Amino acid sequence: MIEFLQTHDSGGDGLLTAYIIRRLLLLPLILFGVSLIIFSMMQVLGPDKLLAAYVNPNILDKATEEALEALKEKYGLNDPMIVRYTKWLRNVLKGDFGWSLVGKEPVKDAILERLPYTVELALYAIFPVVIVGIWLGVIAAVNRDKFLDHFIRIFAVVGWSFPDFVFGLLVLMIFYSMLNWLPPGNLSNWAEEVVRSPEFHRYTHLLTIDALLNGRLDVFWDALRHLIGPIMTLSWLWWAYLLRITRSSMLEVLNKEFVRTARAKGLPERVVINKHARRNALIPVTTVGGAMVINLFAGTVIVEMVFNRTGMGSFTASAALQLDYASIMASALFYSTILVLGNLIIDILYATIDPRIRLG
Amino acid sequence: MRQETKRILRRLFRNPSAILGFSLLTFFILVAIFAPLLAPPVNSFNPSMKLPDPYIMPVVSWKQEPIPPTTKKDVDPQKLGREPIRCIDYHPFGIIGGRDIFYGVVWGTRTAFKVGIIVTVISTLIGITIGSISGYFGGWVDEVLMRITDVFLSIPFLVAAIVLTTILGVGLDKVMIALIVFGWMGSARLIRGNILQVKEEQFVLAAKALGVRDVFIITKHILPNTIFPVVIQASMRMGSLVITAAALSFLGLGAPQGYADWGALLSYARDWMLEIGEHWYAIVYPGTAMVLFVLAWNLVGDALRDAFDPRLKG
Repeated sequence: MIEFLQTHDSGGDGLLTAYIIRRLLLLPLILFGVSLIIFSMMQVLGPDKLLAAYVNPNILDKATEEALEALKEKYGLNDPMIVRYTKWLRNVLKGDFGWSLVGKEPVKDAILERLPYTVELALYAIFPVVIVGIWLGVIAAVNRDKFLDHFIRIFAVVGWSFPDFVFGLLVLMIFYSMLNWLPPGNLSNWAEEVVRSPEFHRYTHLLTIDALLNGRLDVFWDALRHLIGPIMTLSWLWWAYLLRITRSSMLEVLNKEFVRTARAKGLPERVVINKHARRNALIPVTTVGGAMVINLFAGTVIVEMVFNRTGMGSFTASAALQLDYASIMASALFYSTILVLGNLIIDILYATIDPRIRLG
Repeated sequence: MRQETKRILRRLFRNPSAILGFSLLTFFILVAIFAPLLAPPVNSFNPSMKLPDPYIMPVVSWKQEPIPPTTKKDVDPQKLGREPIRCIDYHPFGIIGGRDIFYGVVWGTRTAFKVGIIVTVISTLIGITIGSISGYFGGWVDEVLMRITDVFLSIPFLVAAIVLTTILGVGLDKVMIALIVFGWMGSARLIRGNILQVKEEQFVLAAKALGVRDVFIITKHILPNTIFPVVIQASMRMGSLVITAAALSFLGLGAPQGYADWGALLSYARDWMLEIGEHWYAIVYPGTAMVLFVLAWNLVGDALRDAFDPRLKG
């Protein structure tokens, strides 16, 4: 891949930089649009419900009719929408997202507290997905129309049709209820106590890594045991998808002239596949792989709810269930930011890897 | 029949996975049509009384039927009569949350079709309209519409659906609205790209030169030449739409309590996770129905794509 870059990139350097700058300038605009959409959707609710996003509910319950009016006036809920939007945007830019009913603390703190759990889950899921998905795709393509290919393709079609919550429930049913190997939640009670104790230093806030850094192998094993089920659930769907993309891209490359040349000059099949074909076949896989990583994050909403885990995903879902509007808005913005940033990185990566892409 | 259509049909029915897909789909259509016969919506006290709304699963009453032994000694009084139980003679798929799972699976088929078809058709129509306007007129119209599309695409589908259903409130119609509002972008982009290609063809230029009205050019000349990929894409999207709708119900955000929906049916199992191994039927039957339904649409979508455009074969 490196060679590929050096030989082809010399001419297009300026173009690529211009492209990146253009995309970066577009980024705040898109996020602005997203916030506008979410904010205007929220306006369907009316001032009474929206007040909950600003005020601690304990105060709200005790407040009299006049006090409520005063509060609405104070937070400007009776103002026209544009005034309210600019006010809200100003607060958000300062980092003030309002009060979270679910977390019983400011939304920002609630999110920061839960984010590491989700990041840990997504990070662990990415590697098995990418490695196994590409590996299976290459095997299927190389053995085209043989038994192995048919087998892998059936696996892919069935896998792609499995809703993640059904798969997660089945994993829990078999590995928790029947075999008692993989419990739901983030940690067992005893491990939770260890993590909360003052001797346990939380360096990264990622449970498994912190446990290793503290030298607590038992906590590490416990955290891992709780992660395996969610990881399986998250990966299953995307294995199927990634292997299909890899397979078709690989088949296309295997028909190319340069592969025939490589075979004709007597290179061993292993070298032809690994060095010549696979590298080129992976170019379209990059975009799909990137989209997959983004969707993996969104997929944690369901998976964390099924496995009863703490994290960004279950936070979003419980906020929706308890009509905690401030938290929902912040979560939606969070997921959108990940998606937009992720797409930007993919596009840049794609343009760098494949110089044939037109930058217009 | 035209030669081309014949060839496509022949290609379609030589493909074993296409045949499997269409058979599964036929099976589900039959179940949906004959739902009132398979699971009659009648009051269990008095079989001659019809239920007011067959889509609300009736609560099973044990008064008329033999009371089955409970599996647990100390049942939480709140959950009494709600725990999963199966007796082959009366309730072959079992009961959970006081509802008969067989009834839920059968009527849930109708719900799945309703959600999938309504959402797909409306969102595809919106997408076609926006994409055609954008591609045909070009210029600033195109720029504005495509940036709006970008913004809608920047919120993950599931998260967007969660936000909108939360705001609109509980109910299957609210779920459908949410899925439509955030589901049109794929078709819009696809049709725009196709129109950009067709726009410069001779027959369109000729029609323009003759002074044919824009609406007429789009609907009579351009759309028939660009519609197939959109239809195929829509059929491939059906599966994931049904999954998302069921996921919302599973989370408790979609269909109301007791609605005959596969996702809502599966959500009952969440209260019994510790002992769900004994009550496997509460997950396996609704889960199988969902997987097969989505599989059917995915196979049909793949088959249509392969038949109409063999170059894309994956």
